[in-house]
Amino acid sequence: MIAYIVRRLAAVVLILLGVSAITYCLLFLLPADPVDLLAGRNATPEMREALRQELGLDQPLPVQYAVYLGKLVQGDMGRSLAQKVDVSLLIAARLPATLQLMAAAIVASLLLGLPAGMYAAMRRGTLPDKAAMIASFAGVSAPQFVVGLLLLYLFAYKLGWLPMGGYGLANIILPALTVAVANGGWYSRMMRSSMIEVLSQDYMRTARAKGLPRWRAVLNHGFRNAMLPIIAMVGIDMGYLITNIVIVESVFGWPGIGQLLWQGIQRLDYTIIIGVTITAAVVITLANLLADLLTPLIDPRIELR
Amino acid sequence: MANLWKPLRKDIAAVISLGIIAAVVVLALGAPLFAPHSPTEQFADGLSDIGAPLPPDGKFWLGTDLLGRDLYSRLLFGGRNSLLIGLLANGAALLIGTLVGVVAGYIQGRAGNAIMRFTDLMMAIPALLLAIALAIILERSVWIVALVIALVNWVQVARVIYTETVGLEARDFVRAARALGAGPVRVLSRHILPHLLPTLLVYGTLGISTTVMLEAMLSFLGVGVQPPDPSWGGIIFESQSYLMNAPWLVIFPGLVILAVALAFNLVGDALRDALDPRQRRQVG
Amino acid sequence: MKRILLSAAAAIALIAATPALAQAPKQGGEAIITFNNDLTTLDPQVGYDWQNWSVIKSIFDGLMDYEPGSTELRPDLAESYTISDDGQTYTFKLRDGLKFHNGRAVTADDVKYSIERAVNPATQSPGGGYFSVIKGYDEMVGGAPGLSGITAADDKTVVIQLNRPDATFLHVIALNFAFVVPKEEVEKAGGNFGIAPVGTGAFKFVEWVPGQRLVLERFADYHEAGVPYLDKLTFEFGQDPTVAVLRLQKGEIDIAGDGIPPAQFNEIMSDSANKDLIAVGDQLHTGYVTLNAKMPPLDNVKVRQAINMAINKDRIVKLINNRGVPATQPLPPAMPGYDKDQKGYAFDPNKAKALLTEAGFPNGFATEIYAMNVDPNPRIAQAIQQDLAAVGITAEVKSLGQGEVIDAGGQTKAPMIWSGGMAWIADFPDPANFYYGILGCSSVGNGGWNWAGYCNEALDQRANQADSMVAAEQAAARTDAWKGIYNDLMKDAPWVPIFNEKRFTYHSARLGGDASLFTDPIHIPVNYDFIYNKDAQ
Repeated sequence: MIAYIVRRLAAVVLILLGVSAITYCLLFLLPADPVDLLAGRNATPEMREALRQELGLDQPLPVQYAVYLGKLVQGDMGRSLAQKVDVSLLIAARLPATLQLMAAAIVASLLLGLPAGMYAAMRRGTLPDKAAMIASFAGVSAPQFVVGLLLLYLFAYKLGWLPMGGYGLANIILPALTVAVANGGWYSRMMRSSMIEVLSQDYMRTARAKGLPRWRAVLNHGFRNAMLPIIAMVGIDMGYLITNIVIVESVFGWPGIGQLLWQGIQRLDYTIIIGVTITAAVVITLANLLADLLTPLIDPRIELR
Repeated sequence: MANLWKPLRKDIAAVISLGIIAAVVVLALGAPLFAPHSPTEQFADGLSDIGAPLPPDGKFWLGTDLLGRDLYSRLLFGGRNSLLIGLLANGAALLIGTLVGVVAGYIQGRAGNAIMRFTDLMMAIPALLLAIALAIILERSVWIVALVIALVNWVQVARVIYTETVGLEARDFVRAARALGAGPVRVLSRHILPHLLPTLLVYGTLGISTTVMLEAMLSFLGVGVQPPDPSWGGIIFESQSYLMNAPWLVIFPGLVILAVALAFNLVGDALRDALDPRQRRQVG
Repeated sequence: MKRILLSAAAAIALIAATPALAQAPKQGGEAIITFNNDLTTLDPQVGYDWQNWSVIKSIFDGLMDYEPGSTELRPDLAESYTISDDGQTYTFKLRDGLKFHNGRAVTADDVKYSIERAVNPATQSPGGGYFSVIKGYDEMVGGAPGLSGITAADDKTVVIQLNRPDATFLHVIALNFAFVVPKEEVEKAGGNFGIAPVGTGAFKFVEWVPGQRLVLERFADYHEAGVPYLDKLTFEFGQDPTVAVLRLQKGEIDIAGDGIPPAQFNEIMSDSANKDLIAVGDQLHTGYVTLNAKMPPLDNVKVRQAINMAINKDRIVKLINNRGVPATQPLPPAMPGYDKDQKGYAFDPNKAKALLTEAGFPNGFATEIYAMNVDPNPRIAQAIQQDLAAVGITAEVKSLGQGEVIDAGGQTKAPMIWSGGMAWIADFPDPANFYYGILGCSSVGNGGWNWAGYCNEALDQRANQADSMVAAEQAAARTDAWKGIYNDLMKDAPWVPIFNEKRFTYHSARLGGDASLFTDPIHIPVNYDFIYNKDAQ
C-alpha cells in the first residue's frame, strides 16, 4: 500500500514537470510581450530594458524555465507580473474558495444524478426511464455558461430567492447547481448502467430470496458495487471541473483561482498563468489518487497494484 | 451500415434527433436563402430610441442584438460557423486520436507506454486553458479555432482507441495474420481498423456535441470566431451584460446550442446501443 | 494689492457657496463600495489603474495634491514650496507633525526614498519614467543607488534639481508614484508591500482578503484636521455591476464602484427617485481611434482625414447609452488647453469618398481595426467597421485581449486601434500629458504608446518650448501654446477622436458631499477623504 502511494506520488511529480514545461513553452509562443504592458505608458526604452532584465525575460527560454523550477521546489511561484505580489500568496488566498466550490459541485451533482440513475435503473425500459435519461442528456448538452446565466436571471434577479454572486454559503448554491446540471447527467447515466449490471447479479437474487424488500436489497448490496465506477468518474471529472470552474467563477464572480486565471490571461501575467495551471494540475492528480485509494474501501476485492 | 437503421428506428428519441440535426444543417447551409436579413447589417431601426435592442417583432423575428442586427439571421449564419467548426474539429480529433491510439496500442511496449503517458499528461492540463492559449498564439480564424478544439479533444479518442486496439491485437485472427507474414500496415488496415469503425462512429457523433460546446465556450470567453462573424457562443458573449433587459439574446442561442448538442448526443447513444449490446453496461 | 483683496473676497465667496461645507459634514459612520474586479495592488509606486488610484490616494499622500473634486494643485505633505528663477530647482518644506500610520514621524529622507523607489528598476514601477526629468535619473536606471538630483537639506526640506525646466513638474510630483512610503515597512513586507500598505493618508489599512474585501479605517493623526469624515471604508469585490446597483437600491451598499451598467442606464437615469443620488462629472478621458501613419495607405493625410469624416460619432455615443459626448479633438473638455472653437471633422461620408478618390483610392481599400475584446469595445469597433464600409473601406475587426492589442500598438503593427478599455485618461490635468506619451516622437515603436506612429518634430519642439514656460505669469501663454499645438495636430489627423466619456457615480442617500467629490477627476471616481455619512451622530 505504501509502495503504491509512493509510486503514485512520484508520478504526480513527473506530471507536474510535464505540465509546467508545456505551459511554459506555450506562454512563450504568445505573440504579445508582457513588458510592454507592464512598463507603463511613460517608460523610456532604457526603463523597458531594465524591466525586462529585472523580470528575467531576457534570458533564453530553457534558462528561464530552470530558474523557475528551482524556485518552485522551494515553494516560490514567483511574483505576479501585474500585481507585483507573490503568486503563491494570491493562489493560497483563493484556493479554498475554489475547493469549496468543487466540493459543493460534486455533492450537488451526486445528489442530482444518483437518485435519478437508481430510479431509472429500477424502472428500466419504461417511460420514466426514457424521460430521465433524456433529461440527463439535456443537462449534459446545455452550455454551462448559459445555464449559469439563466439560473442567475431566474432565481436571483426575477425571484430574488438567492443572492447574485459574491462569496458565502447561500452564494455557493447557484454556481454548484450550474455545474450539477451538467455533471449530474453523466452520473445518472453511469449510475443507471452500473445499477442495471448489479441488479442482475446472483447475490441480489439471493438477498431477495431471503425476503429483503427490493429497496433494502438495492441499498445494502447493490449500491456499494454500483458506486465503484462513479468514484472513478469523480476522479476523472476533476479535470473537467477545473476547466469549467473558470467559466462558472467568472459568471458568478466567485473569488477562486479560476477568476485569477482569467484575469491573468487578460493581462498576460505569465507567472499567474503558470502558477494556477500547476496548482490545477496538482489538484486534479491528487483527486484522481484519492479516488483510486477509496475504491478498495468500497470493494475489498480490489487490489491496488 | 444497413443493419444500423433497423434498431435505430425503434428509438423514437434518436429519430427525432436525426430530424432536428437534418433541419439545423439544412437551415444553416442554406442560410443565405433562409435568412430574411444580412447577419452583419446594423439597422438604424434595429435599436430603440435609447439604443436598446428590440424584442421579437414583425420585422425581426427573434429580436435584434446590441448593434441592431437581426438575431434570427445571425443564428442561421452562426450555425454555419458553429457546425462547421464542430464537424472539422471533431474530424480532426478523431484522426489524431485514432493515429495515436492505434500506434500506441499496436506497438505497445515501452514506446507505446510512453505515448500513453504523454496522453495522460495532456489530460492533466485544463483543456480550456490550453484552448485559450492556443487560440491566442495562432490567428483567430474558423479553421484555427477548429484545430485548437481538435488539439484539446483528441485525448479521449486516443485512450479509447488504445484500449480497443490492445484488445483486438490479442485476438486470434490478428495473431494468425501476423504469423502468416502480414506486415503491420496490412494488419492495421485489413484487420484492426475495420473493427474500430463502430467506435469511431459513436465517438464521432458524440464528439460533435462537445466540440460545438467548446466552440461556444471559446467564443463566450472572447477567443473564438472574430466579430462580426456570428457564432452561437459569440452572440451570447456579446449580449451577457444585457441579460436582464434582453434575455432573448441569451435564451435563443442557448436553446439552439442545447438542441443541437442534445440531438447529437441522443443519436450517438442510440448508435452505441445498436452497435454493441454489451456496451450498454460499460463505462461510457 | 487691490487685486489680491478682490481675489480673496472672491475665494471666500466661493467657499461659502460650496454646498459641502454648507451641509456641515458630520464625523463618523462608514461607507461600503463595491467593485467587480479585485484591486491589483495598493503599492503607490506600482499601482496604475483607475480602480486602485482612488484607494491609494486615500492611504498615501505626496508633496502635492489637488483641491478635492477639482484639477487645481495645492500643497499636501508640503507646507510650501519655492521654484528657482531658472525653473530647475524646487524646494519643498514639509509640514510639522506628519506621521506614518505606524506612528513614526515623516522626514525629508522618506520623500527621497519614495521617489527613488519609483525609479529603481527593482521595483518594476510603471511610472518611474515620469521622473526622468530629475537629475541623476539615467544613472539610477543604470544601477546607481540613488537619485543625485534629490537631496534632504534637513529633516523637513527636500530639494529637487531638474535637468531642464518643466512646467508639468508639480503635477508629476503629485502623482501616486511619488507618494511617501516608510522604508522600514517596505523592507519588512519583503516585496509584498502592495498587500500590506503603510502610508500617511487619511485612511489606514486594516485587512485585504483577495477577491473578497478590503477594509480601511480612519487615521486619527492625519495632518488635515477633521478629515476624513468617515470612520471606516469597506470595499467588496466580485460584485457584478448589475447586482451592485440592485443592492444599492435596497440600501445594502453605498457606492456602485463600477458605475451604472449600460443595460440599466436609461432606466435608472430617468427614475426621478435617483435625481440626487447620481453625480455626473467630466472625466479627463478621450476615446479615439489611432491611425497608423507608418502603414500605407494610412500614411496619406487625405486618407486619414477621410476616415475622420466617415465615422458617425453620434451613433456611437448612442451605442454607449449617451454616457458621453462626441469628441472634436484629442483633449477632453475638462482639460486646460481644450479649444471650444475647434469643431473637428464633421460627419460627411460623401466628402470622405471624395477625399479618398483624390488620394488615389476611388474604390477604397482593405485594412484592420483592433479592439479589446471586453464589451462594449467589439461593438463599437463593428459600428466603426460599418461606417467605413459605407465609404468603401473594408476593415477587418480584430477583437483581442488587452495585452495583445497593447503589444500590437507598441510595435506599430496595427493599422487602426480603437482605444476603448485602454483609452487615455490623463495621469494629471495638464495638456502635456496627452502629448508625449501618445503623440510624441519618442513614444513610437519599441513598446511605446504612440500607436499612431505619428512623429512631428516641429510639434515636438513646440511642446518642449511650451513646457519650459514655468513661471506662473506664463501659464496663460502656455495654455495658448498647447491649444495651437493640438489644433495643428488635428490637421494631420493621426487620430479620430470619438467621444469623451462622462463619469456617473450612483450612491446611496446617506452619503453626503458635493457632486464633484463623487466624480473627482483625480481621485477617480470618489474622493473618500471628504465624503461623509449623514447618519453619523
